[in-house]
Amino acid sequence: MTMNLTLHVWRQKDVTVPGKIVHYEAKDVNEHMSFLEMLDVVNEELINKGDEPIAFEHDCREGICGSCGFMINGVAHGGHKNTTVCQLHMRHFKDGDEIWIEPWRAAAFPVIKDLVVDRSSFDRIIASGGYVSVSTGSAQDANSLPIRKLDSDLAMDAAACIGCGACVASCPNAAAALFTGAKISHLGHLPQGKPEEMERALSMVRTMNEEGFGNCTNIGECEATCPKGIPLEVIARMNRDFIKASLQERPPVAIAGAG
Amino acid sequence: MKLDARTPSGPIENRWDKTRFDMKLVNPANKRKYNVIVVGSGLAGGAGAATLAELGYNVKCFCFQDSPRRAHSIAAQGGINAAKNYQNDGDSVFRLFYDTVKGGDFRARESNVYRLAQVSVNIIDQCVAQGVPFAREYGGLLANRSFGGAQVSRTFYARGQTGQQLLLGAYQALERQVQAGRVKMYSRTEMLDLIVIDGRARGIVTRNLVTGAIDVHMADAVILGTGGYGNVFYLSTNAKGSNATAIWRAYRRGAAFGNPCYTQIHPTCIPVSGEYQSKLTLMSESLRNDGRIWVPKKQNDHRSPDSIPEDERDYYLERMYPSFGNLCPRDIASRAAKRVCDEGRGVGPGGLGVYLDFSDAINRLGIQTIAERYGNLFEIYERITGEDPYKVPMRIYPAVHYTMGGLWVDYHLQSTIPGLFVLGEANFSDHGANRLGASALMQGLSDGYFVIPYTLGHYLGSNKFEKVDENHPEAQAVLKQTQDLTKKFLSINGNRTVTSFHRELGKIMWEYCGMARNAQGLEIAIGKIRELREEFWQNLKVSGEPNELNQNLENAGRVADFLELGELMCMDALERNESCGGHFREEYQTPDGEAQRDDEHFRHAAVWEYQGPNAKPIRHVEPLEFEYVQLAQRSYK
Amino acid sequence: MGVGHQVGPGSASKSLVKGRSLATLAANSKLHRTLRFYEAAAGKKTVMALTGIAIWGFVIAHLVGNLQVFLGPTKLDEYGRLLRTMPGILWTMRLGLLAMFVLHITSALQLYALKKKARPVEYAKKTPTTSTWASRMMYFSGPVLLVFVIYHLLDLTLGVVNPGFVEGAVTANLVRSFSNPLVAIFYIASMTMLWAHLHHGIWSLFQTIGLNHPKYDGTLRIAAKGIAILLAGGNIAIVLSVLLGVIK
Ligand SMILES: Cc1cc2nc3c(=O)[nH]c(=O)nc-3n(C[C@H](O)[C@H](O)[C@H](O)COP(=O)(O)OP(=O)(O)OC[C@H]3O[C@@H](n4cnc5c(N)ncnc54)[C@H](O)[C@@H]3O)c2cc1C
Ligand code: HEM
Ligand code: HEM
Ligand code: SF4
Ligand code: F3S
Ligand code: FES
Repeated sequence: MTMNLTLHVWRQKDVTVPGKIVHYEAKDVNEHMSFLEMLDVVNEELINKGDEPIAFEHDCREGICGSCGFMINGVAHGGHKNTTVCQLHMRHFKDGDEIWIEPWRAAAFPVIKDLVVDRSSFDRIIASGGYVSVSTGSAQDANSLPIRKLDSDLAMDAAACIGCGACVASCPNAAAALFTGAKISHLGHLPQGKPEEMERALSMVRTMNEEGFGNCTNIGECEATCPKGIPLEVIARMNRDFIKASLQERPPVAIAGAG
Repeated sequence: MKLDARTPSGPIENRWDKTRFDMKLVNPANKRKYNVIVVGSGLAGGAGAATLAELGYNVKCFCFQDSPRRAHSIAAQGGINAAKNYQNDGDSVFRLFYDTVKGGDFRARESNVYRLAQVSVNIIDQCVAQGVPFAREYGGLLANRSFGGAQVSRTFYARGQTGQQLLLGAYQALERQVQAGRVKMYSRTEMLDLIVIDGRARGIVTRNLVTGAIDVHMADAVILGTGGYGNVFYLSTNAKGSNATAIWRAYRRGAAFGNPCYTQIHPTCIPVSGEYQSKLTLMSESLRNDGRIWVPKKQNDHRSPDSIPEDERDYYLERMYPSFGNLCPRDIASRAAKRVCDEGRGVGPGGLGVYLDFSDAINRLGIQTIAERYGNLFEIYERITGEDPYKVPMRIYPAVHYTMGGLWVDYHLQSTIPGLFVLGEANFSDHGANRLGASALMQGLSDGYFVIPYTLGHYLGSNKFEKVDENHPEAQAVLKQTQDLTKKFLSINGNRTVTSFHRELGKIMWEYCGMARNAQGLEIAIGKIRELREEFWQNLKVSGEPNELNQNLENAGRVADFLELGELMCMDALERNESCGGHFREEYQTPDGEAQRDDEHFRHAAVWEYQGPNAKPIRHVEPLEFEYVQLAQRSYK
Repeated sequence: MGVGHQVGPGSASKSLVKGRSLATLAANSKLHRTLRFYEAAAGKKTVMALTGIAIWGFVIAHLVGNLQVFLGPTKLDEYGRLLRTMPGILWTMRLGLLAMFVLHITSALQLYALKKKARPVEYAKKTPTTSTWASRMMYFSGPVLLVFVIYHLLDLTLGVVNPGFVEGAVTANLVRSFSNPLVAIFYIASMTMLWAHLHHGIWSLFQTIGLNHPKYDGTLRIAAKGIAILLAGGNIAIVLSVLLGVIK
């Protein structure tokens, strides 16, 4: 079955110039295509006509790298459960549909071009503490520290985040709470992450602010559109850790004169 | 060209230790004086960059994605091998070494493989310490599974996201060094050429994919961890951006290319659904544990699967390989699927698919058990195809998955250009002619965490480096060539898009240099690729401008390289007059259709040396000695 | 410690964030630490939650007090008189409550500013999925409540907008005020905003201070909704009773 669609796509040359919505017709779209393949076809036509293709980010096209993502009809990744746009197939649309396509919008995600945004703020959040400080070679035997299966599973649930940014895009506050909470929860559930738990929470939460994200008011759109089903629970954990760490924060005890 | 593999001598279990002891060390205070370029942030590059920075080197790391966390290692599902023997089922370093050499059909270097098996245990320790949430048993200890037909359970996994979790571990380690100021991360930056000064790799030329700026970066050594080149075939399980540009341009600067024709075709991927298809999705091999593979006995049988009675079905793997059945190795399962489809018995659109049927398993174990085991895979399948595998058998078909070939490296992972090191899938080492499941992750991390930190130190410690900066004439010359090439793409202004060239190349490669090859076909392919390449340079159409984000332009460069690499792969396949592992030459098979190795003439790595544009490269050989694993015919009957 | 580098092309357009390693995160004084806490959006939000609890507590107590109006014409007046016999406690409560409101509102305003800054360009099309109406309009229901409280003070505490107001004649003041249908409608409308604010707020505050757990989440959500209905409903019952002449 094929269909004809009208696309309303955000086009923007770069971060310095304002963009606008441009309309395109997508003809004879096959229902088995993925959304990105549909755009590929539109782009091939644009190139053949001598126009610039629509820039969108993508790489793995199997829902794991987190590169892809934009708003489809006002919903991040198009709103099918646990689905990134690269895995969204055209059978969910019907002939004659109008589709609005816009980039993630957030001050912390400036638009680079069309649907491509700069998410390096996520990297900086991780750099501010989203790791265990263990240099190569200093590890003990992997089985020397048993971890309760439940904790390990919960850590994995949170670690599944692909850093796509849909949570920020769909949040009315443009908050990065789900993303940051996911990393804090992942490491916090594991004994390896414990020693740095408090410092991690302080540092990552503050970096989130410095990067210009908004603040979470527990609206929950993030959880609903997260392609990896990261639960709101991780935000509660982040808050808990942050408050606990703030209460405990104190000047380091100076040990003078040693050696 | 002289190929010195620098393989140490002595008992194999002491070789790595001995090599490490013999290595020069760099004084801790001096390490920060060395600048190292790492191209690639996947398991190999990311682990290497982080570890080198931890040691104190000054590292610049590059990747073309918007974040180092998105390297294609992220897509690996199944798991990572390690000779921990936690299951007490008879595994050992030696057994992992043995299995890998045999699995690679005796086309890998024993010393390297042994080292890989040795450090595999450290990898798991390191990753667990980083917080990688591997699957665990109720007792809290790590779980293992058997993978890819291995007789022992040595595969560690994190749900179906092992690669993702390992990569995030390396990425986080890398970000820690970024924060500490010891790694400077260049995302969205593509390496376009290598700068060789006085015979040593001293820098790279890159393009900033956002601003289009073409820059020179100088260093004391260059490390490539840029992944595989499966995208020569256009359709593969690789990410859309995976490319050969870094290794190919290094090859053109003098780094020899090892075994380009060795490609792995994975048997269980979702089949192509139409001309617009942009990539193929892998379905985990574990499905073959409970699914039965079949096709109709009749040709062109278009009945729906449930209306085909049992006695009109051909469970061909069970029939041909009674002892391994549906679990036979990847190359064998793939070729069998091709064979039945070539006979006109394939199913689905275009007849390029076979059924992977769970109805027996569901009847035997109940839908609940099957859902527990494969629920998420079934979901992925349904998301893509719109069909429910609980009711309708899955359709699968082989797809290009991994490239065992790559830049030739010695025991120190150094290419034929001193100071150019190559890690992970980008090099040719360790897997021979066929890679076992769950071994690529192991190799990438081994190279990055545990090998390069030593061998690079040795290289730096035993050489003197006069200061060179970006104004060096050689650097400026390479810069100029890169700029010209970019301009060239934009100025051809023909009528065909990059993708259409790429797709056509892919079809040629798949047809003639895919699962089964023969001399005649390979010659045809070489001719066709040359023609296509010629047309490419006459008739290419690239839109947009050079100084902005221009994905079309990026692709043009990558496809230009694939158009050359494809030819080399065909040449290599043509010259290797034997069948081994993933390389199957129809002329060389046993009477019952199995691969027939020719150890007498081809027990070597083929190492190609570039001779200039359109000149035939020279084929060197590195003979392979097998002292510890006895040469034998692989059999899975 | 060095400066963090993420040379993303995007970061060229904005300044690099100063690197801060975990080890150097030292706080030196209590005041400094409190300010640091409040400086983070999550800190402000915690303040909102804690002050929200206090105001919520007041709303409960206030309703319980006011419901005495159903116990007969004098009960509520007696209660008002009782409160006034303890000026110390009364003023402590009032000042405390004022402080809660000031903090709650200040942090709300600051977070609102942050929200606006965090998304400078709005979507042409944005479709909510699972989130509640109440959660998305906190920045509307809150300010309505502020307007309400101001009017309410002018009405029943200071009497400025309540002609004939007699200090201490609590029931009479109240009946006079709510007998005006316009005033009654304003009160009822405001109470629906109270309902909306608490519908989300009571659940949300637990999430904010990290006391939420998936196991109890469902219960908490239902409880929050129930309490919001009871509180708003109780208040509305008083207004309606006057309007319909049940209380005179
Ligand atoms: C779908 C799939 C499933 C797999 N499953 C398994 C499995 O279960 N077990 C297993 O062991 N193996 C598996 N593999 C294989 C394994 O994942 C890869 O071989 C391995 O991860 C490669 O790692 P790498 O670090 O060498 O390269 P990659 O992870 O591909 O990283 C390449 C890096 O190089 C960068 N790069 C490339 N070119 C350039 C350039 N020109 N300039 C700048 N940067 C560049 C990229 O940005 C990226 O950062 C799987 C592979 C696929 C495709
Ligand atoms: C009757 C008086 C009020 C009560 C009982 C009350 C209660 C609450 C509670 C419990 C929360 C949830 C806090 C959290 O999740 O951490 C909240 C949040 C909020 N309140 Fe109030 N509040 C009142 C008045 C106001 C006023 C006057 C304003 C406006 C200026 C306001 C604005 C907000 C905002 C913007 C939020 C944040 C939204 C959110 O957290 O979901 N509130 N309030
Ligand atoms: C519709 C239901 C309500 C009724 C009938 C009501 C009634 C009253 C009355 C009669 C007084 C004066 C008490 C006195 O002077 O002794 C009063 C005071 C007050 N009310 Fe209400 N009220 C209602 C709702 C609210 C709500 C929802 C809030 C808060 C958000 C609120 C906040 C206040 C405050 C702050 C005072 C002043 C208290 C003081 O003097 O210390 N009221 N209310
Ligand atoms: S939390 Fe979910 S939506 Fe947010 S970045 Fe991670 S995967 Fe994407
Ligand atoms: S949608 Fe936004 S408000 Fe919080 S719960 Fe999710 S980050
Ligand atoms: S392209 Fe990788 S997640 Fe969509």
